[in-house]
Amino acid sequence: MSRTPAIEVNDLTVAYREQPVLWDVDLEVPQGVLMAIVGPNGAGKTTLIKAILGLVKPVAGRVLVHGRPYTEQRRLVAYVPQRGTVDWDFPTSVLDVVTMGTYGRLGWLRRVGRAERDAALDALDKVGMRELAHRQISQLSGGQQQRVFLARALVQDARVYLMDEPFQGVDAKTERAIVDVLQDLRERGNTVVAVHHALQTVPEYFDHVLLLNVRRIAAGPVSEVFTQENLRATYGGRVPYLTDGNGSDRLVANVG
Amino acid sequence: MPQIFHDLLFDYTVRTVALGAGVLGLVSGALGSFAVLRRQSLLGDAISHAALPGIVIAFMLTGSKAPVVLVLGAAIAGWLGTLLVMTIVARTRLPEDSALGIVLSVFFGFGLVLLTFVQQQPDAAQAGLDRFLFGQAATLLASDVVVLVALGGIALAAVFVFWKEFKLLSFDREFGVSLGYRMHVVDILLTSFLVLAIVIGLQTVGVVLMSAMVVAPAVAARQWTDSLRTMVIGAALFGASAGVTGSVASAITPDLPAGPSVVLAASALVLLSMTLAPRRGLVWGWIRHRRNRGRIVDGATVADA
Repeated sequence: MSRTPAIEVNDLTVAYREQPVLWDVDLEVPQGVLMAIVGPNGAGKTTLIKAILGLVKPVAGRVLVHGRPYTEQRRLVAYVPQRGTVDWDFPTSVLDVVTMGTYGRLGWLRRVGRAERDAALDALDKVGMRELAHRQISQLSGGQQQRVFLARALVQDARVYLMDEPFQGVDAKTERAIVDVLQDLRERGNTVVAVHHALQTVPEYFDHVLLLNVRRIAAGPVSEVFTQENLRATYGGRVPYLTDGNGSDRLVANVG
Repeated sequence: MPQIFHDLLFDYTVRTVALGAGVLGLVSGALGSFAVLRRQSLLGDAISHAALPGIVIAFMLTGSKAPVVLVLGAAIAGWLGTLLVMTIVARTRLPEDSALGIVLSVFFGFGLVLLTFVQQQPDAAQAGLDRFLFGQAATLLASDVVVLVALGGIALAAVFVFWKEFKLLSFDREFGVSLGYRMHVVDILLTSFLVLAIVIGLQTVGVVLMSAMVVAPAVAARQWTDSLRTMVIGAALFGASAGVTGSVASAITPDLPAGPSVVLAASALVLLSMTLAPRRGLVWGWIRHRRNRGRIVDGATVADA
């Protein structure tokens, strides 16, 4: 598997006003992995995703997707923003939102047709929401909103999926459904990078992890880098869950 | 009453006025829908007030009161004001409402100064420029209406052509950027057509109240539907009917300015919609509340028994 990495980040520094949010971050995400980004609030997790997507301008650094600059590779990348970033009272239907995932390949002025709507319905099928296709989006639960965003990314038909807290505010059943979709994406050779908050599910859901706190603390296979020592370095003393420190991914609920 | 319908069909002035105001309502309703959904209701206010100095300067430079000239001046000034707001928001720490407030009052104040200056000139050509403050439907000529219809047609065509892009901008701008759309270009396009929609209404409704025609039809239409397409079409129709009703009332009633009567008609539509619309309306909400309470009381009775 000596393939070009799905994502390659070199010396990335991002600052809002004087304050650095990301400092000199290097990251290599191999193709075909499911990587979690973990770190405390304000660690720059969302900023890292946005910087990879070109949504925030870095002060320094370079991002490559499948070996080339992002702007040349947009078609390969799908994005799931945080659920709270849009107005869910917007007058539109589930199907309409998911269809927006096809706008990238449509480009300016070309109109949505049958092919785009069919692709959107297929994506809704994959997240178990086909029967809600014509529902107004304000009538969705948090978990359903999250699945709509996931379906919108699926319809982009990308190779790399960047997700900002895809499990935020969803019930256990939805979480399971989303994990299944992510693992299915990986099985078909795609790469998924997701900001994740629940440390205890990292070893179960993901195979790679990035521990981030403004700087990169550690990154690599979960079995190698998701250690007590690295977590402590990431979160300071306040780690809700720690591994037992000998490199295995067995977890001990060790508060404090 | 039948006299009004007779006039509407056969009286030249009334027919011209109704057509002009109908077009302005149609266009401002459609474009205003996007402004309301993007929470930019105040932007319409800033644009229309910012247009005043443009109107006066256009007159001072050309000596002409032809609507094409004045509308062009209004559009340039309104557009500059909008760009200034966008620049202030991007480059400084001022929040958007402060930026809008500053641009609105500075441009409008400057416009009033110019207007006063021009009105003190001995030459009589300036007479009537002040109708742009509160609007005056009766001054519309058939040639003016042709210009309004042409410009309005361009703005409506733009909504149709850029439908997908405008929707993407209004719902999820960042996602649009991630797809590779130059969303700032979409933003400038949409805002430019909003400027166009506003300036074609200034002669009839006036700079002071024009923003109501951006907001009111859209808010009224929003109450009735959960579909963007229905909302835009509904807002256009609400805007048109308010425009026709208000301007005809003004044209046949002495000393009734068109702006306020058009805006009152639009406000009546908002009031009706917010009260009566199914699901979102207040009456419906009250009925639902009563019904639910009844159900709970019934439930309690059953449980007690």
